[in-house]
Amino acid sequence: MAERRVVITGLGMTTCIGTGKDAYFEALTGGKIGIDTISRFDASHFPSSIGGEVRDIKTRDYVPKAHRKATKLMCRDIELTVIAADLAVRDANLTTKGTDPTSPSSLNPIRSGVNIGAGLICCDIEELGGAVTDGVTDNTFDYGKWGTDGMQSLTPLWLLKYLPNMLNCHISIIHDLQGPSNAITCADTGGLLSISEAAKLIARDKADVMICGGAESKINPIDLLRQVFFKYTNNDSNDAPQTACKPFDEDAKGTAIAEGGGIMVLESLEHALDRGAHIYGEITGYGSSTCFTEDFITPEKNGEGIAIALQQAIDKAGIAPADIGLLIPQGVGVKQMDVAEANAINTVFGDATTALPIYSTKPQIGFAGTAGCSIDLITAVLALNNDIIPKTQNTQNVSKHYGINVTSDGPIKKEMQHVVTSCHAIGGQTAAMVVSRYTT
Amino acid sequence: MKQRVVITGTGMITPLGHNVEDVWRNLLACKSGIEITKNFDAASFPTKFSAEVKDYNIFDHLSDTDKLKHKDADRNSSFILGAALQAWAQAGLPKTLSMDKTDDTTPRADRVGVYLGAGEGPPDFDNFIRPTAESWIKEDKAMDWKNWADVALKHMRPIHELQQEPNMSASHIAHLFKLRGLNMSCLTACAASTQAIGEASDLIRHGDADIIIAGGTHSMIHPLGITGFNRLTALSTRNDDHTTASRPFDDSRDGFVIAEGAGVIILESLESATKRGAPILAEVTGYGSTADAFRVTDQHDQGRGGIAAVELALETAGLSPDKIDYISAHGTGTAENDSIETHVIKTVFGEYAKSTPISSVKSSLGHLIAAAGVVELITCILAIRDNIIPPTLNLNTPDPALDLDYVPNTPRKQEVNVAMSNSFGFGGQNNTIIIEQYRDNKS
Repeated sequence: MAERRVVITGLGMTTCIGTGKDAYFEALTGGKIGIDTISRFDASHFPSSIGGEVRDIKTRDYVPKAHRKATKLMCRDIELTVIAADLAVRDANLTTKGTDPTSPSSLNPIRSGVNIGAGLICCDIEELGGAVTDGVTDNTFDYGKWGTDGMQSLTPLWLLKYLPNMLNCHISIIHDLQGPSNAITCADTGGLLSISEAAKLIARDKADVMICGGAESKINPIDLLRQVFFKYTNNDSNDAPQTACKPFDEDAKGTAIAEGGGIMVLESLEHALDRGAHIYGEITGYGSSTCFTEDFITPEKNGEGIAIALQQAIDKAGIAPADIGLLIPQGVGVKQMDVAEANAINTVFGDATTALPIYSTKPQIGFAGTAGCSIDLITAVLALNNDIIPKTQNTQNVSKHYGINVTSDGPIKKEMQHVVTSCHAIGGQTAAMVVSRYTT
Repeated sequence: MKQRVVITGTGMITPLGHNVEDVWRNLLACKSGIEITKNFDAASFPTKFSAEVKDYNIFDHLSDTDKLKHKDADRNSSFILGAALQAWAQAGLPKTLSMDKTDDTTPRADRVGVYLGAGEGPPDFDNFIRPTAESWIKEDKAMDWKNWADVALKHMRPIHELQQEPNMSASHIAHLFKLRGLNMSCLTACAASTQAIGEASDLIRHGDADIIIAGGTHSMIHPLGITGFNRLTALSTRNDDHTTASRPFDDSRDGFVIAEGAGVIILESLESATKRGAPILAEVTGYGSTADAFRVTDQHDQGRGGIAAVELALETAGLSPDKIDYISAHGTGTAENDSIETHVIKTVFGEYAKSTPISSVKSSLGHLIAAAGVVELITCILAIRDNIIPPTLNLNTPDPALDLDYVPNTPRKQEVNVAMSNSFGFGGQNNTIIIEQYRDNKS
């Protein structure tokens, strides 16, 4: 049985430069940079104290009345997911229990599913602090006191706030999606893999509609600490947050943490055509592999695992590398990552490398982990639909050794047929996806 | 053309043993893996016991080079590396793979992938809690973040933070065998490894890989994990008789007993297994995966998601309920799950519900959380191999409302050709897999 065609019909996102696809893309192409001194907690004693925060958004505005009580059970990652998912479903012109409980749903529940890429979620430290205070003796954690007293001050449902599958579960509850429901936990590739796996389910007739993508917040002390530990952060730009991240630049010194959510609605082509849905593009290729590392962080210098995933995606799409109009890579601005990516790009694109425009969102929206790769895919889709390639901010001096063409002007008008995004994670996982202009 | 999917290797590290045969023997001897918790001092916690993996050292099983490469593997990754080594050996695969394909017995590296339902690594708890304990200003109900950062930077350890990432287990496996194929991890709570296996089977069916190292691992027996589950009142608190505390389907059941460990099965296309002359242990024929879409806190009270998952599994396997010889239940021993799961089975199986043997090996092994599904599926493979059904232990006071055949207390010799395994996770995740004795004349 031939696989069914899968199209993108809804886009929803929340980032530090804008919430909602139009506000986001306008800010993006306008060169807006959302990195600033972290305001959510005092980060002044961390080596890096900057980040991209989503501000002035109330989760309650994005959930139906029936689910507002449940917002108390949402960690930040879940909030970002439900916000972006609500926007995606509305953007797709779908009616669900979540968007309009008074009307019949556009969806058949058992044929509609969800797959969300989630990060490693830490419990809220301030909440823990309030409880731990009843579990210390002489400023030291006391297991005995914690067991009898301390833990009792945590809400009984405490654990449910932080489970990675609660991102997809809240979405399934809000929008009444009773089909397949998964939580992909592949660090910085998870958001993109959730989309490829969702696409496969539709292609293979397990579902007709899937809500998918990634959401994550690194704007908290534990995640900031981890990114510092993993040497991802630029620690020399606290006085100049906006210029912190310079992917592929000679002077690249790291990135800034961020938060965000990038969710899309995928449908089978028939389902989309049946209801006259707007089609943003078709998912035509995807790939997944692993970079081998020495330290489980730094990809192999030649970026072989990145190249394999990229090549798989392009091959599956049935196109040649030269047919790609735009590549959005991980582009994180950490030297060793940049090197591996540049080498991988050269391996795959060969002679077509210098002509290939490469744009990175990271200077503008920061590094939001598993949300990054799905936001990048949405960005590529928006570029495809608007015939626009944005300018990569901050990068002024691309290392000559890379041999790649990072967009230093822009936005540029360009009509494209195929766009590709590529990402890699600590641990070595890699992923890539091709979206093509929809043709009958 | 869709591939048939078979299982060519198994491996386990569990509270009842460090290899498949030891665990199976202990299950059939009605042993319990539950003891007073030793991983941390749980003496004053509501639940003071658990089923821990005892005395397992992965470094006894790795070459010197691999010991160095995987030196930072935390508990959960250590368990799955051990399980993966066993499964890989059983499947007769070469030590490592490469991108050069040499012959039919050597799969190319990018055709071999990983798909795990893998838990996050355990926290470095003492160092994690220290900055919080030392920086909370009680009078102001606020955190001194400057001090928090100073203490955290000084005492928390980068390696331990890295190893907590839930994709680390899959990373370790890909590095060990040099796999370049798809690399996936999912974490749908207690359903995770069943879901990983089901998804991986479909990926092979449709040609995304020839071989997938599938399964799961979890090590959640630590202060944060026990705190979380105790606050939810999900754990048994039968501290005065912990060995028998896991009582699925029993009237006196009071919650699940948490366990840790890992399991791996090697999933392979029939074509690849045949070419390699690999041992074929069973065939995966059915998979159903659904969401309750009901509540964060409770399963759907009529089990609608579970019913749909079981029905989908039967439909994809092309089987009617009377063809199922054994159901390995999710059977956690919570009041809610065991009632709802029984209702699910009754609804789907109808007149055949009472004559289908059901058991929960969680009564012996405890609940391995993300790793429960794979470990339980391996016991189904063994049930098929040996025609023996492992018992539900501690079933001495049956719940009058739960009147199915749960194979109480004693293993039962019975022909098993087709087995079904259920896994239900927090938030309403429902996953069911069906495996069968492999028959090569089947179309």
